Amino acid sequence: MTRPPTVVPSLHAVAVAAAIAWAAAMPAAHAADTPAPDKVARGKYLVATSGCHDCHTPLKPGANGPEPDMARALSGHPQSLVMPPAPALPPGPWLVTMAATNTAFAGPWGVSFTANLTPDADTGLGQWTLKNFVDTIRTGRHMGRGRPVLPPMPIPAYSNFTDDDLEAVYSYLRTITPISNRVPEPLPPAQATARQ
Amino acid sequence: MDAFVRHRRFMWSARVTRGLALLLAAAALTPAIPQTADEAPLPERLSDTGLFVARSTTQVLADVLAFTPQYPLWSDGADKRRWIRLPAGTAIDATAPDAWQFPPGTRLWKEFSHDGRRVETRYIERTRAGRWRYATYVWDAQGDDATLAPARGIAGLPVAAAPQGRYDIPARADCTACHEGSATPVLGFGALQLSRDRDPLAPHAQVPGARDVDLDALVARGLLRNLPSPGLRHAPRIAAASDVERAALGYLHANCGHCHNRSGAGVPVRLTLAQSALAPDASRAALWASAVDVAGRYRTPDFAPDAALIAPRAPERSVLLARMRSRQAQTQMPPLGTHVTDPEGLALVERWIRQLSSTPEEMP
Repeated sequence: MTRPPTVVPSLHAVAVAAAIAWAAAMPAAHAADTPAPDKVARGKYLVATSGCHDCHTPLKPGANGPEPDMARALSGHPQSLVMPPAPALPPGPWLVTMAATNTAFAGPWGVSFTANLTPDADTGLGQWTLKNFVDTIRTGRHMGRGRPVLPPMPIPAYSNFTDDDLEAVYSYLRTITPISNRVPEPLPPAQATARQ
Repeated sequence: MDAFVRHRRFMWSARVTRGLALLLAAAALTPAIPQTADEAPLPERLSDTGLFVARSTTQVLADVLAFTPQYPLWSDGADKRRWIRLPAGTAIDATAPDAWQFPPGTRLWKEFSHDGRRVETRYIERTRAGRWRYATYVWDAQGDDATLAPARGIAGLPVAAAPQGRYDIPARADCTACHEGSATPVLGFGALQLSRDRDPLAPHAQVPGARDVDLDALVARGLLRNLPSPGLRHAPRIAAASDVERAALGYLHANCGHCHNRSGAGVPVRLTLAQSALAPDASRAALWASAVDVAGRYRTPDFAPDAALIAPRAPERSVLLARMRSRQAQTQMPPLGTHVTDPEGLALVERWIRQLSSTPEEMP
């Protein structure tokens, strides 16, 4: 009686098989990390139509008046623009002042500076997860657990976005050019206003 | 501008700021956790959550276990009582000693009182489906029962004995802000907090009741299984070079560690203030590496250029202490849950910082 041949895979064969398996798995892993193009496109559309650039992209003087400085798109209040104390408003209904860049706002809450939404790891949203982003918009607190997000950020409106839309916005923001720009921390009211 | 007008304007500004913050919170917060099909709605009354014997709101059921963590969370000076109830025949799995796994059906309660008046009782439940859900119940003026609070919480509940006569009932999103930022949603009920080796310098520490469960009792009663190290079964302890340091690290663990930890669920900043029962030396090293003489990212004009998160022997240059001292919404730490600072906790942390050297001292 002859014994059936035993299949003993050589180390070489195992290595080749493992390499093939790894190579086969790569597209799936890559697909998991890279958002689908239609999701990114949807996010780009939402960012463009929901006014994100209005405050998060600094205005600069242009031939026809102030225009968004797209070289600094969505990078928030410029680090280089150190704001003087906000002017003290006279008694009356005027409540808020804003910087010419439309990236700094002074009001009863103090001074708020718009955030760097680019995926820069040190100064932008580079280390934020999707959950951090969604929790921020849903709760009105940084990452759902930090300080309040300040006016004029329209959290009450944006908190109505669907989960899919928020994921689309987050996915798009991961694809834009990272810009190193450390936005100042907000100032409380006591520090915000010039003495009269 | 004369001082009186300036003062009035500032006070008005502070009121509006507070109003805006509350408005933002009320407008923005949404119910964090939808109910799933296999779950009953949350009971409308605390008396229906399984805490008390029938027709009582003072006597807890026989299988409800009281406990007292050694490092309590600062809650504007509120008096607190805590309970846990496990389903019959179940036990907590402590295979991961810093992230206990609680069986489905686990329920926990924390009661908050001011000057003897019960104000609210917070409730956490692990549902049969394994999901955690959170609620809070507001006591009526007579103390007869407590009613389920709205998911958006209640801002400015009048409570005469609370600071400034106001008390904020947290929104459900506030619950998850703290309870879902670390390896386990159950805070204050873990190996370190229930150690027999209690810290005599822990601020606001309560003496455990005679029937309270601690780590020893849980193991002895078969309610806690799979603790991996024999040493852990009795007296886990924070690694520290001095008694003051031990208490300060315990305070930071209880008040800050639920966000500032390395579980991956907290905030994406490097600062690590959580303590591990399994690896106390590593916890101490992580805190040093992330905070002591580390510049940190938070900067305002208030801070000197050489400020650090924790500046050894220089509390005035320590950003951590400054933010703990603040109760301005944009600056304060912790960012929610309190309106006034904790003088005892601040004094302890300041005392520790004054004693610090730049490198971790050898432990005795």
